[in-house]
Amino acid sequence: MTSRAIDPDSLSRRNLIAAGGGLAAIAAAAPWLLGGRAEAQGKSLTLLNVSYDPTRELYKDINAAFANYWKGKTGQVLDIKQSHGGSGKQARAVIDGLQADVVTLALAGDIDEIAARAKLLPPNWQSRLPNNSTPYTSTILFLVRKGNPKGIRDWADLVKPGVGVITPNPKTSGGARWAYLAAYSYGLKLGGPAQAKAYMAKLFHNVPVLGAGARDATTTFAQRNIGDVLLSWENEAFLTLDEFGPNYDIVYPSSSILAEPPVALLDRNVDRHKTRVVATGYLNFLYSPLAQDIVGKHHYRPREKAAQAKYAASFKQIPMVTIDQAFGGWKKAQAAHFADGALFDQIYRPA
Amino acid sequence: MTAQAILRPGGVAAKAHPRRSRWVEHSILPGFGVSLGITLAYLGAIVVLPLIALAIRPWELGPEGVWHALAAPRVAAALKLSFGLSALAALLNAPLGMLIAWTLTRYEFLGKRILDALVDLPFALPTAVAGIALTAIYAPNGPLGSLAAKIGIKTAYSPLGIFIALVFIGLPFVVRSLQPVLQDLDREVEEAATTLGANSLQRAVMVILPALAPSLISGVSLAFARAVGEYGSVVFIAGNLPGKTEIAPLLIVIKLEQYDYAGAAAIGLAMVAISFGSLILINLLQLFLARRGKA
Repeated sequence: MTSRAIDPDSLSRRNLIAAGGGLAAIAAAAPWLLGGRAEAQGKSLTLLNVSYDPTRELYKDINAAFANYWKGKTGQVLDIKQSHGGSGKQARAVIDGLQADVVTLALAGDIDEIAARAKLLPPNWQSRLPNNSTPYTSTILFLVRKGNPKGIRDWADLVKPGVGVITPNPKTSGGARWAYLAAYSYGLKLGGPAQAKAYMAKLFHNVPVLGAGARDATTTFAQRNIGDVLLSWENEAFLTLDEFGPNYDIVYPSSSILAEPPVALLDRNVDRHKTRVVATGYLNFLYSPLAQDIVGKHHYRPREKAAQAKYAASFKQIPMVTIDQAFGGWKKAQAAHFADGALFDQIYRPA
Repeated sequence: MTAQAILRPGGVAAKAHPRRSRWVEHSILPGFGVSLGITLAYLGAIVVLPLIALAIRPWELGPEGVWHALAAPRVAAALKLSFGLSALAALLNAPLGMLIAWTLTRYEFLGKRILDALVDLPFALPTAVAGIALTAIYAPNGPLGSLAAKIGIKTAYSPLGIFIALVFIGLPFVVRSLQPVLQDLDREVEEAATTLGANSLQRAVMVILPALAPSLISGVSLAFARAVGEYGSVVFIAGNLPGKTEIAPLLIVIKLEQYDYAGAAAIGLAMVAISFGSLILINLLQLFLARRGKA
């Protein structure tokens, strides 16, 4: 046999060995690639809470408190995992199969979508827990630069020429949808739907950057120094103050909206994971005095009386419209304002 | 490499095979069946299957619905912005990438290795990191952005900002496609041209450029294709205003947030169609240049 005849053979054998090695490495990594809930098989119980962006710190504290409480009550060791992101994105992940046991999102509309599209929970989910299934509330207010150089006191000041308003895109951010609706409800007071639409058009004319989410907008405002006023979640505004302290002031407008971020159990998922009892316990725990105190500490408005009294000084009471009164619920608000071709799109349509 | 190969740029892979044998006797190397089988299965699973899923999804809207989704002014504006800026960025990278590749192959200087490694950075950097870094520099309070603002130019949060990001991510594609060709380019050919009386401009335009053209085109088209789909770095610097600085990939994400899967897939399909069309055009151009080189 000549060496020429052997060459390709031995070459391909060497290649096969190399390829086999590669495949073996991938096979070894398979459990990691596939992720999954392998740990749920162990002694400890795993719970996944899929939430929206600004609740990261809140649920870190609540999860620790609940794990402690649950261990004392039942002896079970809990591993509570949390996932955060834009509210709509998170809802979509759950619809597409993210195995959440409970969802705690920015607006009821997103959980409605999970009920309608993936049928993981019944359509009447919001009546299953007290207070419209919202254990805490929040609102939208203004964050301005120190000393308020542009003199921004109320919604009317936002549409003045030369004022830069920072708010995320209401199509991608739950918080921005609340901010949009708060602004619109002010616009309605100027006369009616026509005046409100004109007001919104002027308002978004003053928006130089549309961020994708609440954190995005905060970064644009605080770190890039863009704009004069940030329309912000109340808790996010306080968080910014904690972080960047002396550079900003909080301004409460004359009126705003009562933002109700709801929580819900995903029936089909908890039954599959056999976590219904602990997941129900988790959601009920959110209404307990202990959790409500954590809620207040993180600048969300508690529902429970004692916590309300304790943190009353840090929340200014202003008139707030609710989504049901002013807009007839999320379904109607979504269709009238945020659907394709609805009011928000019309604002941006070149005339 | 022989001089003959250089005189036929692009014809490198074209071996002198009799045409009819292509299907009859594949190769003297064994293992054709297995290799082709694995290739087809792998490409099918990794590339073709997802593309088919993408191609099927929009039609649940019906043909009219797809047309309606794509004809919306906001979608049209986003597509125009994405493809227009990607083309411009790739075109700017052509001469500059060529210059960088030339510098890195033809000269010896201190720190050349480091410069060479720097070229790959836009490849290696997570796109979000690149976006945040670019925004920090080009924002009105950033070092370059504030300079530009002084002469009245808005960099970040404008189409110019998107353009900068796309140039950034496209550069390595052009440089890395050209470098090996430049390295292999036989100096003797240039010397021959000189002895035949060519001046330096003639040498560059008539000898070097034709040899580089095919790889330049493929580098530019890679940069273009990458820029069209770029999301991570652009969303930070773009401003994202509908109709003004909203790129097509962002619009896809926005559609998904609204549970408009079909609408998002429609934009995706349009992007694939346009990209595929441009790549075919580019390939034809390459083929044409290769033919001309051979003649």
